[in-house]
Amino acid sequence: MSQETDSIDGHAASDFFAPAEPRRGFVKQVLAIAIGGLVGLVPAAVGLATFLNPLRRSVKAKLQPSGSDADGFYKVATLDSLSETPQAFKIIADRKDAFNTFPKEAIGAVFLSRVGSHDVRAFNVTCPHAGCSVDYRPAKNAYHCPCHNSQFALDGQRDPKSPSPRDLDSLEVKVDGGQVFVKFHNYKPGHEEKTIQ
Amino acid sequence: MKALLNWLDDRTGYKALMHEALYERVPGGARWRYVWGSTLVFTFSVQLVTGLFLWMAYNPSSQTAWESVYYIQHEMLLGWLLRGIHHFTAQAMVVLLVVHLLQVIIDGAYKAPREVNFWVGLILMQIVLGLSLTGYLLPWDQKGYWATKVATSIAGIAPGVGDQLQSLAVGGPDYGHQTLSRFFALHAGLLPALLVGFLALHIYVFRRHGITVRDPIHLPDTTFWPDQMFKDTVACLAVLAAVLGLAVLHGAGPEGGAELGAPADPAENYSAARPEWYFLFLFQFLKYFPGKTEIFGAMVIPGVIMAFLFLMPFVGRWKLGHRFNVAFIMGILAGIGILTAQARLADSKDADYQAAVADADRKAERVKELVQIQGIGAAGAAKLLRDDPKTRGGALFAVKCATCHRYDGHDGTGRSLPGKATASDLGSFGTREWVRGMITDPAGPAHFGATRNSAEIGDRFENGEMAQWVAENVTSKKMTDDQLDAVVEFLTSLSDHREKGALDDEKIAKGREFFALGSEAVGGSCYDCHAMKLDHDPEGLFNEPSAQVAVAAPELTGYGSAKWLDEFIRNPGAKKFYGSHNAMPGFSEQFSDRELGMIVDWLLHRWPERQ
Repeated sequence: MSQETDSIDGHAASDFFAPAEPRRGFVKQVLAIAIGGLVGLVPAAVGLATFLNPLRRSVKAKLQPSGSDADGFYKVATLDSLSETPQAFKIIADRKDAFNTFPKEAIGAVFLSRVGSHDVRAFNVTCPHAGCSVDYRPAKNAYHCPCHNSQFALDGQRDPKSPSPRDLDSLEVKVDGGQVFVKFHNYKPGHEEKTIQ
Repeated sequence: MKALLNWLDDRTGYKALMHEALYERVPGGARWRYVWGSTLVFTFSVQLVTGLFLWMAYNPSSQTAWESVYYIQHEMLLGWLLRGIHHFTAQAMVVLLVVHLLQVIIDGAYKAPREVNFWVGLILMQIVLGLSLTGYLLPWDQKGYWATKVATSIAGIAPGVGDQLQSLAVGGPDYGHQTLSRFFALHAGLLPALLVGFLALHIYVFRRHGITVRDPIHLPDTTFWPDQMFKDTVACLAVLAAVLGLAVLHGAGPEGGAELGAPADPAENYSAARPEWYFLFLFQFLKYFPGKTEIFGAMVIPGVIMAFLFLMPFVGRWKLGHRFNVAFIMGILAGIGILTAQARLADSKDADYQAAVADADRKAERVKELVQIQGIGAAGAAKLLRDDPKTRGGALFAVKCATCHRYDGHDGTGRSLPGKATASDLGSFGTREWVRGMITDPAGPAHFGATRNSAEIGDRFENGEMAQWVAENVTSKKMTDDQLDAVVEFLTSLSDHREKGALDDEKIAKGREFFALGSEAVGGSCYDCHAMKLDHDPEGLFNEPSAQVAVAAPELTGYGSAKWLDEFIRNPGAKKFYGSHNAMPGFSEQFSDRELGMIVDWLLHRWPERQ
């Protein structure tokens, strides 16, 4: 078949883009490539736009959980229930997942512990290394990550031998009328700087 | 560069392949009539690309399919256009397929040595129709759900294996998660893979025999590239333009693109179910096969026609065979056209169908509103409509209340009813208009006047004590307009109607006083007959008990509130309501609490509304 066509248009297989009659065919070649490219590109571009949807800022904003006060604080626990030993508490908010809204679900967790009689310390339970959840280990009186053995002191400072690039992510705390409020955020793991996810 | 390409060519031989692909011989010159096959390859490629991107956002389960499609349509960047292109390209594909088949038959391209390729083409047609059928279900809206249900029910009548066939298609005894997963796997996996395979075979065999040339001396011979390719791309551009045009026909934005009805709800009848327009002829055809003969319309006759198409290459060998084949396909197409027109005509004359379509459109709009107001919970969007008084209340009213009552003259869903109402028209219940009507014209058609149409009730209410009091005091203007306004304002203030608007406290106070004490000119106050308790009664107007029980006039504590209405509907014959005068049945047994709440909320317009 290929030999047959060769003998018809009189060109070798090696220069297949060379047309049989260059001048007459040139415009058609350009148009065919341009139109062919266009019709192929339009559906693909529309699909790509949809695919890139998660990168839009408005999408990220819409999918933020709701349930905090105007300053971004969530009610987490009562001051009475806390001691100097860290305890894990869930952050409850209306969780959003694409098209679903799940009211009053855990969107994350924090360790709370008392410092002195009035102050409260709060850490996001997520390890800044790779995003596992850290445990509090009473035997070591320290936070320990079960994934890659990162270790953090009670004040959040990382053990120098830990793979974690930064200390535990501390969170802002507000105590009001015996209630403990935490300004909860998740931070991007794997970086030295602490940036909101 | 050239060295690299030569290196690649040495190892792959791609140049020869490209050459063969591009320099296909076109005897008699490039022609517009040869573009159809290429447009089909193009449309299929568009479906592959757009389908892949839709796949990345689609969740096949009965609680997430509609919801994810809604998300694509309304939230994702250009998602509406992506759906629109996929939807309308599918339709274009069916049209192009018919044109392609028609041309092959008319030009005799099915004859030797091209029989096998003709058969491969017919198989491809089946696959495309299968893709269309399976794709119709995936958005999981009412339309796709009910239409596809008909298709699988038809599979169920196949002799011997029908039940098994249906269970396998549905993935269980009834439609649900498994149905969607199966249809999706067929639509995005098996069928496209088969299509790619048969398409490759189709093109391979086509290249083996070359184009069926109608007129070899039309123009000098040429090659596929660039002459025919140019024409093909222009045709593809036209197809794309048509698809884009259809996609933006109803607007460029989420309101445009492909339609998305209300989410599928097995408990919600859908009388507007119709298949895609190109299957309408089959739908219409089935109407002519009563009872047990259905199998002829659904399987035997379409099967015989398909079988005949497969035999065309043999029929075509006889002297008049080709002409017969052409006449046959024309006859079939004419039949399809006539059946489609009949289906459309029947629908256009069918008021019930049109009402069903309008109702479906309303629900489709309403659910989008509810999604925006309430968000979609884990139970899915169908629950939003199921729990929506605005959607469900009217339908419940139509079933249980409209036997006697009316709602703005209709049955609660917009349908007018034959015969006269024998109880009040509740369209304005809970508003000023309702209260004013009750005080100025209780015997009017919207209030007690309707009861005269019931032989049983007769004029018991029409000429009852309320009507007499009104004739004596209101009609005669003993009760001043100011007093009337004030009482209307007072009673409306007790109502829970969502649209009662701002209230005038001064008027309320005046109305409260008139209700309790009447005036010098008026003989007897409202409170003489109607009991009333108020949480806020600063003047202590209602400390003395009313004489209500003696005259059996309804207690008006919280009149028009959800609580009053709920209690009244449950037991209108209670002593605190109509007592021995009562003519309305109690509904506490006939409604569930949820249904009753829905009717109450519907009557009082207490439904979620966009701000």
